[in-house]
Amino acid sequence: MTGDRSEWEPKIVGFLCNWCSYAGADLAGQSRLEYPPNVKIIRVPCSGRVNPLFVLKCLSSGVDGVLISGCHTGDCHYSEGNFHARRRFTILRKLFEYLGIDPKRFQMAWVSASEADKWAKLVKGLVEEIRQAGPNKLGHR
Amino acid sequence: MKIGVFVCHCGTNIAATVDVEKAAKAALNLAKVKFSTTYKYMCSSPGQALIKDAIKEKGLDRIVVCACSPSLHEKTFRECLKESGINPYLLEIANIREHCSWVHRDRETATRKAIEIMKLAVTKVTHNRPLEKTHMPIEKRVLVIGGGISGIQSAIDISFAKFPVVIVEREASIGGRMARFDKTFPTLDCAACILTPKMVTVAQNKYVTLHTYAEIEEVTGHVGDFKVKIRKKARFVDTSKCTGCGACWNKCPAKVASEFDLGLCKRTAIYTPFPQAVPNIPVIDRENCLYLKSKKCGLCQKVCPFGAINYQMQDEIIEEKFGAIIVATGFTQFDHSVYGEYGYGKYRDVITGLHFERMANSSGPTGGKIIRPSDGKVARDVVFIQCVGSRDEQKGVSYCSRLCCMYTAKHALLLKEHNPDSQAYVFYIDIRAAGKNYEEFVKKVQNEYGAVYLRGRVSRIFEKGGKLIVRGADTLSGAQIEIKADLVVLAVGLIAQNDAAKLAQMLHIPYDQNNLFTEAHPKLAPVETITSGVFLTGACQSPKDIPDTVATASAASVKALGLLVQDQLEKEPLVARVDKNLCSGCQACIKACSFNAIETKEVEDRALKRKRTVAEVIEGVCSGCGNCTAVCRMSAIDLEGFSNRQIMEEIEVL
Ligand code: FES
Repeated sequence: MTGDRSEWEPKIVGFLCNWCSYAGADLAGQSRLEYPPNVKIIRVPCSGRVNPLFVLKCLSSGVDGVLISGCHTGDCHYSEGNFHARRRFTILRKLFEYLGIDPKRFQMAWVSASEADKWAKLVKGLVEEIRQAGPNKLGHR
Repeated sequence: MKIGVFVCHCGTNIAATVDVEKAAKAALNLAKVKFSTTYKYMCSSPGQALIKDAIKEKGLDRIVVCACSPSLHEKTFRECLKESGINPYLLEIANIREHCSWVHRDRETATRKAIEIMKLAVTKVTHNRPLEKTHMPIEKRVLVIGGGISGIQSAIDISFAKFPVVIVEREASIGGRMARFDKTFPTLDCAACILTPKMVTVAQNKYVTLHTYAEIEEVTGHVGDFKVKIRKKARFVDTSKCTGCGACWNKCPAKVASEFDLGLCKRTAIYTPFPQAVPNIPVIDRENCLYLKSKKCGLCQKVCPFGAINYQMQDEIIEEKFGAIIVATGFTQFDHSVYGEYGYGKYRDVITGLHFERMANSSGPTGGKIIRPSDGKVARDVVFIQCVGSRDEQKGVSYCSRLCCMYTAKHALLLKEHNPDSQAYVFYIDIRAAGKNYEEFVKKVQNEYGAVYLRGRVSRIFEKGGKLIVRGADTLSGAQIEIKADLVVLAVGLIAQNDAAKLAQMLHIPYDQNNLFTEAHPKLAPVETITSGVFLTGACQSPKDIPDTVATASAASVKALGLLVQDQLEKEPLVARVDKNLCSGCQACIKACSFNAIETKEVEDRALKRKRTVAEVIEGVCSGCGNCTAVCRMSAIDLEGFSNRQIMEEIEVL
């Protein structure tokens, strides 16, 4: 990554639960919806699998934004995984605020297997927001 | 370690946007990748042969396939690895179609992203471990939720294979929607004549248990071993004593509108929904029974010759185990009251197709006479309005309900048969008659039965001089139309049951924005769900007519039987595992696990020379969600296939 803002493209990691959001992103493909390429998807079985350390790792290695996306409340394939994820998310975001990390860099969303549109819009919006937030300096000091 | 990378063109699906050759070349720069190539269709048998040959010739021991979503062909390629003698779990799929070539247009961008996705998969596969599937016993019984035509057909099909089936139906009788129909299109079979024998067959079948007036309370467990709590609502009638003689309902003084006949007539508080009910055992509706409300009455108990009435009866919750579940909960009607312009609720002579169906039925509330509910006069000029609630994103649902064109045509025909002097007018948007002999049927109704079809919407209905004035446009001639009608019939669409989402959540199956249950694959797995062991049939998945419903019912049964005939069930080995040396015994994972899949265990700690408590995963119960891994303080518990190390390294290479 260079210091030159004009060449900089936001790098975003998306942790997508296998049952809802990953399938929603699949459907976006099947529906040929176009969206920016900045989000790299890491498939996890459930949003509850995402260890807060993964998020820290992302931000400390220079990723500009992190997204956790899972099933809607009540729809988690494993019943309660997304509740756990949400709890962890809330705490982690608080911590980031405290540490002076722009909370925009860490987001959570609920995208079901049928919400291709929502997924495409989410990516577009997220990329824009992170673009505005600028490069993450954490990994480069 | 020798990793092979196989990049699929998927015809032009991938190759048109992603430079597959470039991607394959880039793979060779990645650590441990010893071989890469591309092929037109990697999933085809020559494609798989290519992988197998490369494994043999190049001595590859781990494989990355860059192709479509793992939900489609992960299994296919795992099998391919197995056949080549490598452990099937030493595979990763890089989804460069759904997540790349189909969502990006620019070739350079897409190629770059495809290479990144491939890089992630290569990194991940490096740390995959050879795993073996575990085996579990199967409870060889099937639960069918819903006792309409689809549930009945499923149960009959399963019983053919001599496996026990339980139908749970929330109404007092099985039969569902179809029991209310008069005739079926396009053959005009009498619905009762084809349904009631099936109802009787299923009830008498020794492999089938019926729980009517019962609801699903809770579902836990998983394929092969679902534990289901069923609430058997208090009937207040002892099913073992009642003979269905009818003495009770003939005497019952409490009268309320019949739900079965949509309020077109009355029923008593102790009742069977319709005369051919199965079981032919009444229930007492606790809201309206005078005795249950205020202890006044008690007539039914007095007249029952068998002492079957029991006012003290309570709801009972039973728990049963099943290996597979078939969801056959059907549909409900769209609530058309949002269309104020049609005057439903205001004018008694504006009815729905289902009301018409009941009137046309000779054992229905009007004895088969098609009349105006307001004054009981024979209906002559009848206006049918199609697409009420369907194909209307503003007020209804965006989809086509598929049946309304056909049932309206059938109604127009029945009207003429019942009232020869009548005239049917049908307002439609498009006529959708795709089905065997369907188009011919509509033509017949137009040509031989003289139904007038008008293409356009109705803008207003109002009452004048005892008639309903229907105003609309005929968009083909451009003329404004005004019809003086005796009766207006709304062809309301089909929607999901009100509590569909709740059931889906219990079963952990996805549903769409319309609360219709989602199949595992729209084309190739239309009756499966992503939750293994749960299958879909009938209109709970999408609007279906009777032939399609019956076909999916048989399909779902075959899928369920396919499970049951196995001696043991294979279970994915992608489960959590504890490193006992690292585990501090804090038990945070046990609290985080919703499946009670983690236990404590005493181990002998050699270094400390004493016993220590550690966590241990029960493999057969673990569902592989990974929630436990996120709370472990020592990183002692990890998930196979999605390990901490794999994810951490994926992040690193990005
Ligand atoms: S499976 Fe999607 S959030 Fe748990």
